[in-house]
Order: sequence, then C-alpha cells, then structure tokens
Amino acid sequence: MRVCRRPSNGIGSIGINFIAMENSQQKVKQSPIIYLRPSKGWLSIDFKELWRYRELIFFLTWRDIKVRYKQAVLGISWAILQPLLTTLIFTVIFGILLDTPSQDLPYPLFSMSALLPWQLFSTALQRSSVSLVGNANLITKIYFPRLAIPLSSVFAALVDFAVSFVVLLLVMAYYQYWPGWTILWLIPIVLLALLTALAVGLWLSALNVQYRDIQHMVPFLIQVWMYASPIVYPIEIIPEGIWRWLYGLNPMVGVIQGFRWALLGGNPPDITMLISILVVMVLLISGLYYFRRMEKTFADVV
Amino acid sequence: MSDLAIRVENISKQYRIGLAQERPDTLRDLLVMGFRRFKHKISGAGSGKYDDPAHIWALKDVSFEVERGQVLGIVGRNGAGKSTLLKILSRVTDPTEGYGEIHGRVGSLLEVGTGFHPELSGRENIYLNGAILGMRREEIDQKFDEIVAFSEVGKFIDTPVKRFSSGMYLRLAFAVAAHLEPEILVVDEVLAVGDAEFQRKCLGKMNDVAQEGRTVLFVSHNMSAILRLTQETIVLDQGKIVMRAPTPEAVDHYLNMGLTKQGERFWTEEELGGKSDAFIPAALRVLNKAGKVADTVNAAEGFSIEFEYRLRDAISGLRVGLYMMTTRGEYVFTTFDTDDPELYQEYSVRPAGYYISKCQIPPNLMNEGRFILGLNASVYRIRRYFQEDKALTFTVDATGAPGTHWPEQRLGPVRPHFEWAIEHKEN
Repeated sequence: MRVCRRPSNGIGSIGINFIAMENSQQKVKQSPIIYLRPSKGWLSIDFKELWRYRELIFFLTWRDIKVRYKQAVLGISWAILQPLLTTLIFTVIFGILLDTPSQDLPYPLFSMSALLPWQLFSTALQRSSVSLVGNANLITKIYFPRLAIPLSSVFAALVDFAVSFVVLLLVMAYYQYWPGWTILWLIPIVLLALLTALAVGLWLSALNVQYRDIQHMVPFLIQVWMYASPIVYPIEIIPEGIWRWLYGLNPMVGVIQGFRWALLGGNPPDITMLISILVVMVLLISGLYYFRRMEKTFADVV
Repeated sequence: MSDLAIRVENISKQYRIGLAQERPDTLRDLLVMGFRRFKHKISGAGSGKYDDPAHIWALKDVSFEVERGQVLGIVGRNGAGKSTLLKILSRVTDPTEGYGEIHGRVGSLLEVGTGFHPELSGRENIYLNGAILGMRREEIDQKFDEIVAFSEVGKFIDTPVKRFSSGMYLRLAFAVAAHLEPEILVVDEVLAVGDAEFQRKCLGKMNDVAQEGRTVLFVSHNMSAILRLTQETIVLDQGKIVMRAPTPEAVDHYLNMGLTKQGERFWTEEELGGKSDAFIPAALRVLNKAGKVADTVNAAEGFSIEFEYRLRDAISGLRVGLYMMTTRGEYVFTTFDTDDPELYQEYSVRPAGYYISKCQIPPNLMNEGRFILGLNASVYRIRRYFQEDKALTFTVDATGAPGTHWPEQRLGPVRPHFEWAIEHKEN
C-alpha cells in the first residue's frame, strides 16, 4: 500500500520524487520493530545503535565547544592560557620556591607536560559528570542512546587539549627539546586518559541524576586526584615496592608518566602502566553497565 | 508485512509522587517516612508496593492498536496520561508493566525547540536540533533551504536565537521538526502556541504528513484541530482509555466528561482548595423562562444564567463574565456583567458580601444543541480572581424557534429571528 502511494505523491517534481522513493525504500529495509517493555536487570550495551547515532554525538560535542567560547572575548585562547598560567604558578611555587625535583627537566616543561593530559582528564570528567543533568531537557523529551551525552562531553575536552598541545610543542621548542619516535605512543596514552575520564564520568553522571551531591563533590575529587598524580612532583618521591603499586592504582599515574616519557624521554612507564590500564578497564566496564541499568529511569528521575 | 504501526498491550506506568522530594534529605525526614510506612502497614491499608500512597499510576492497562497510515487523536484532561503515553511510545521512558511494539522509525514532537541552544545561531540550531530529532546530516543539508523558508526567519538565520522574538524562535523550531520524515510521528501540543497564521501553517503541514500516508498520533487540547486532522480519537481519563471512537463522537464525549447535567453547579470549599481568595464562587444556574433551574431550556422562550458568588473583601473594577461555547469548543459569545456603562459606573467598587450576576439570554438567539458555560471574574488587566472554562453544560431545545416547521438540523450555534422581506416583482 505505502509503496504504491509514494510515487503518486510527488507530482510536482520528478527529482524530489526520486529522492523520496529512495528514502522510503531505505526505511522499509531498516524499518525495525521496537519493543517496549519494562526494564529489568542488566542490559547489554547496544554499540550498533550508538554508532547509528554518531552524528548526534558529533553535534553535541560541537555544541559544547561552540557554546563554551561564545561571548568570551578571548574565545578559544582560553585553552592556551589555562595551561600556561597554571604552569607559571606551579613553576613559581613548586619549581622555584620549593625546588621540587623534576627528573632533570626544566620545571615548566616538567609540569606542563603533565598538566596537559591532566587538564584533558579533569575537564572531561567535570563536564561529563554533570552532563546528564545539564541535558535534562533533552533526556525528558527525546529518545537517543543516553551514552551520547557523557561521550560528547569527553570528546569536547579533546579539542581544548589539541589547542594547548600546540603550545606545549612551542614551549618544548623554546627549551630545545625535540620528541623522538616515542611521540606515537601519545595516541594510546591520550586514549587511556579519555577512557579514564569516561569511566569515572559514567559512574558520576548516572549517580548525579539521582543524587545531586555528586556535582558538589566533583571539584574536590578532582583536586585530591590531582595531588595524587605526579604532576607537580616526580613519581620517584613515592617509595618503590608496595607504595608504588598502590600509587599505580590511580590510572592517571600511568597516563602522566607515559605522556612525559613519550614527549621528553626519561624513564619509560613501568608496571604501573599495566595496573593503570587494568583499573581503567574495570571502572569502564562496570561504569557502562551501571549507566545502562540506570539509563531507563533517567527521564523519570532527572 | 503486517499493516500495524503500533500495538500496545496493558501498558502501565507508575510514578512516585515527588520523587526527588521523596528521598529522605535529613535524618528527621527519614524517621517520619519510616513511621508513616509502619503505620500504613499495621493499618492494613494497601497490599504490596503498588498501592503505596506515594505512588500513582499515570497509565493503567492501556491497550490499543494503530494501523499504518492512520491519524489518531488523543484527548484527555491535564494529568490524564497523554504525555506519559507519548513518552513511552517515543521511548523516552519505559513502561512499568505491559508490552508494546512499534513498527518503524518514531519521530516525536513532544515539545518544539527541544535542544535549541540560545547562544547558537539559527543555522547552527537547525543542524543541532535536526540531529537531536534523528535527522542525518545530509538530510538536513538537503532540506536546509526549505526549513529556512518555512520558518520565515530569513536574514536572521545567523543571529543567536536568544535574540529572536518568541514567534521567530517557535517558527524555526517547528520548521525543523516539521521536516522530519519518520514513519510514525508523535505530536504533542505544538499548536498551543504561536499566532493564528502560524497555527494555520502548522496544521497545513500536519495535514500534508497525514496525506502522505504516515502514521500520526496527535495530542491536543485544540478540539477543532483534532476534528480536522483525525478520523479516530482515544479519550484518556485518569490513566485509562475511556473511549475510542470516530473523532466527533469522542470529542463530544470528552467535552461532556465529568460535567453535571443538572443545570446547576455548586462550588464547595474543598473544590476551591487553598485558593480561597477575595472572590469565592458559590453557584451557577441555568434558569428557564419560569425561573426554574433546568438542564434543558427553550430557545424561543429565552432563558437566563445566574452566577452566585461572595466577595470577602471589596474589589474595585471587578467584572464577572460568561463564555458560551459549543461542545466542539467554538466560542459563541463572551459577555460581562458590567458591559453596560451604567452598571459599570454603579459597581465600580463592589463591597464585600453576596452577589448574584444574572444574564438574560433573549428569545431566538441560540440554536439547538448542547452548550458549555465558562466563567471568569477579573479586574481588567490587573488580576484574574476566578476562571473556569467548563463550569456547566446545558441543552437548548429549539421548539418554536424560527424555521422549526422544517424538522431539519440547522448549522451554526445561533438561530436568531431575522427580519426577512420578500418582494415579488411582476415579470
């Protein structure tokens, strides 16, 4: 019935008619049956569906970036200024006043090479943990895989990172440091930072839907986490053995160590990297399942 | 392939009342809640969690089917479960119980402009909103010009939408949504806003969608839109389907729902709740020529409507008004008790006390049929004290009215006695 009706519709223009027909055929092929059932228990994660919604993730990411720098005089330059100013502060306090050891690197370079992956992580975490509540108007009106929201917050942080990374390269050039082939390792290391932020972000964003306490807690969490990562100090000040192992439970330890090594050389990441990866995987998989489980009630609770 | 677009069976949805507040915020709340639950348990009231007074069924055992290409209306009062039903169908939320299947892509217009960001320009919002509504990028590219043309925002397309007038904002939002091409379109109250011209345009667009053979579920309080766009309508009340019938019948049922047929209506303290104000309505009556309360009055004899109320305090500039409406929701007239300049002068201030405002409906004004009375008590442009759109219904009988020697139904809500002259010219 439907297929017959369509062609008779586009009397106006053959061109449009052709497109409409193609569309309708496509739809008939896709035309999935959607089942509505009460949600119970754990649900599997539908990555296929998530992939179908990739354009939405792209647009949400793009919106986050656009909106962040709208009506700011300095615009995207804030992505440059933030790590630069923080590096300056750290250099004065920890580098000059406290004379913190810095693995024989110039202190500004030492701290900035850690600040970049750190800010990538902290921005992504901060934004993703409030993302669901911030997009409540979407969640209560329209269906789409809810994962798109924290995912796009995490991706948006990547843009800032890319901009400030260029600045880091300039600072390296100033100190006459040239990265070797190890720079390729940055890709998996940055990915690990993103996954860490996503894993924790999934937990916190889903929890924040019901318990708004989370969004008050996140700034403190990030602050504590920062001092628990080798940003202002080198990893060497942590005693070897059991303490170093425990320290490695913080996935950002592996990320920051790896990032410094990939760009500036020095000690390659050791066993702590493996522990970091393991911890992230556990957090990520549990986070995904928790998120999936809570997803169905977001619209009712948020 | 079956010709079914939507099938739901015994869908129910339960909400906890005030979910966010329900959680114990402090230790004290926790104790109070625990005590209540305990008391509830020993009193034996309620068996199982579903009868908990903190829970309500927004929908209960709703089953229906919609065929492909059908345009189905859904009407019901606020809180009847319409929006919950649409949310379940568009997968925003899950049913608590029951089962349903939907054949095809669902596009929902639960609220136009969802996801619009005030800081972004019109152009940017078209893409963002399109993506949120489920359009592919190339699809938006293709339809972009059409969307802009439909929205009539023209050269403002690159201006942030926060600088748009509310009309422009709305037009743009609807334009994006209207260019969706899902197989099943779910529409909720998009027509409640915007000026008349825009509403006409929206209705036209909805009509096109329906003509194309797509399935549409259409929720609205606008009965004339429901009547125009749908052939069949579901009436929801308190989470249940009370009727599914051809639209005119269903609309008629809906408008008469819960209305007394006594020709008289009282307001109790409870009904007014905490709203008791300077103005307290007491009773509304339809009186026949003899001055008796009647559900059916005669058009040829004329009748009157009286509204009894009490003023707790003096009010200056108060006007008490009547709206007469047909059961299809069209207004017949609006009149106020101080329309007459003399009465307006005399009652410029009404001291506290009991009042009756009585309106005489002259003979040979109304046509036969059932009518709805609405009430309003307000001070022009200052404050509205009382408003009830469906206060009372009554029937007008046309016996003896002009032209009743032909036993046919006449169109239109009024049936006045007009002066006619017939001239006969020879040749």
